[in-house]
Amino acid sequence: MSPTPAILRASYALAHAPDLVRHGSKPAREIGRDPSLLPRITEALRPWDEVVAYPPNQVFIGNREPDDLASIPRPWYENRIDSADSAGSFGRMVTQPALYGLMKLCDDFELVTIDAELADLAATDLADFDHRRGRITGVDPAELRTIAEASNGLDLHQDGRPAGFIRTVHDQDEALTASVLLENLISKATAVLAVSDLLRSARIAAGEIDYLLNCGEEAVGDRYQRGGGSLSKAVGEVVGCVNATGSDIKAFCSAPVHALIAAGAMVAAGVHRYVVVLGGASQAKLGMKFGAHLRNGVPVMEDCLASMAFLVGPADAGDGEGLRLRLDLAGKHPIGAGSSPKAVYEALVVEPLVRAGLSMTDIDKYAVEMHNPEITEPGGSGDVPRTNYRTLAAMAVLRREIGREDMDRFVAERGMPGFAPTQGHIPAGVPYLGHALEAIRRGRLDRAMIVAKGSLFLGRMTQLVDGVSFVVERPAVARPR
Amino acid sequence: MDLNGRRVVAIGEREGVTGPSLKLLAESAGADVVFSVTQCFV
Repeated sequence: MSPTPAILRASYALAHAPDLVRHGSKPAREIGRDPSLLPRITEALRPWDEVVAYPPNQVFIGNREPDDLASIPRPWYENRIDSADSAGSFGRMVTQPALYGLMKLCDDFELVTIDAELADLAATDLADFDHRRGRITGVDPAELRTIAEASNGLDLHQDGRPAGFIRTVHDQDEALTASVLLENLISKATAVLAVSDLLRSARIAAGEIDYLLNCGEEAVGDRYQRGGGSLSKAVGEVVGCVNATGSDIKAFCSAPVHALIAAGAMVAAGVHRYVVVLGGASQAKLGMKFGAHLRNGVPVMEDCLASMAFLVGPADAGDGEGLRLRLDLAGKHPIGAGSSPKAVYEALVVEPLVRAGLSMTDIDKYAVEMHNPEITEPGGSGDVPRTNYRTLAAMAVLRREIGREDMDRFVAERGMPGFAPTQGHIPAGVPYLGHALEAIRRGRLDRAMIVAKGSLFLGRMTQLVDGVSFVVERPAVARPR
Repeated sequence: MDLNGRRVVAIGEREGVTGPSLKLLAESAGADVVFSVTQCFV
């Protein structure tokens, strides 16, 4: 009998990165045109304690539930949580020095140099990190300046002062410039943190992992195969997954759900026993909406790098309390489906449920694009999760599963406020999996649907959108049908 | 709004109406769509 696949554990991380906002794609371009923007952005960035106490961040790492946000008055950045902890039930926040430390210990090509003062801070803030700590070394400031002046690259800052440098590897290779390598190394470093925490919390030895599936959006490669490379084994190497190989799944923001379905299929087919799905942070998206935030007098809230990791394996592994993956209920947005919101959700939500004889109200919670609305609303993009939930509720009305008057209740009960940082692939349904694991263990959830959409059109190769979905269930519900 | 004979720039959004859909709509109303694109603002 083939194994029933389950998501056994989830792990999330947020790295505070205020001095890296200037290197986000949008800020870097705008500061290049108008250098006076840099002090204005810096002034609007939040300190560490405010980022830790920010309610959506506390939800992201598992110290609060998503629905708690509904009772916290907006703006959340002014209604912070007292005595907030940077360590959560299934995630943690780390400081910027810790992030630099992670970059150093992930750096196999001497790309990054930091000064001794920053190295000391990094080593202190990563005191509980077990891998390659000996690589967190620094140089004196004069040597750092000499290296920076002799090379092409980017200055890296701590508290506004130049405290590090990342070099361009090849002056004629656009895929190996300092800015691209910074994106890739940050994706690797943040994913390493999430995977390391995942394995520790799951109490599984790194050597037991058979396969790694990275779903991050960074383009690893050189001039001959830009974006064709992989981060999976690079991450696994750092945390000691010596028996694993891996590959990357690319599908913009829907990649995490594609990857989890693929991981579940690998386990169900008996190809691999334990698969880790991982996604590192999107450095390019730091400060993406800073202009709207400055215009509206709100903090520049895209100040954290997010990462995540999930352990997929047989449902009877560990405590047997994993999320059963119903691969028979996987949804897809086929090429011929059309791209209106209704067409997309018909394909992703309704079709798989109808196929199994279930109704939309048989799903207790839908996890859609979980973007934090406080980040998106100043720019006019609205409350993305709420828009998606309203569409789902309207479809339930059209299908006569609920009355028109029940739409708000459908949204409140089966949806949730957005809480994820706008980090590309990170918000795509999967931030809820940690909460779903907790809710199922407490007997408060039977079944959830995870839905992701991807903007394929951004690469100018097609006008199509993408989307995939799957259903997870608690063990008692997931008996063979 | 009468779009007949008007030049239109159609900027769609992933969470709403896409650029190609706006283009089709505007053209069906007689507009000359000079540019259309879908944006992802998140």
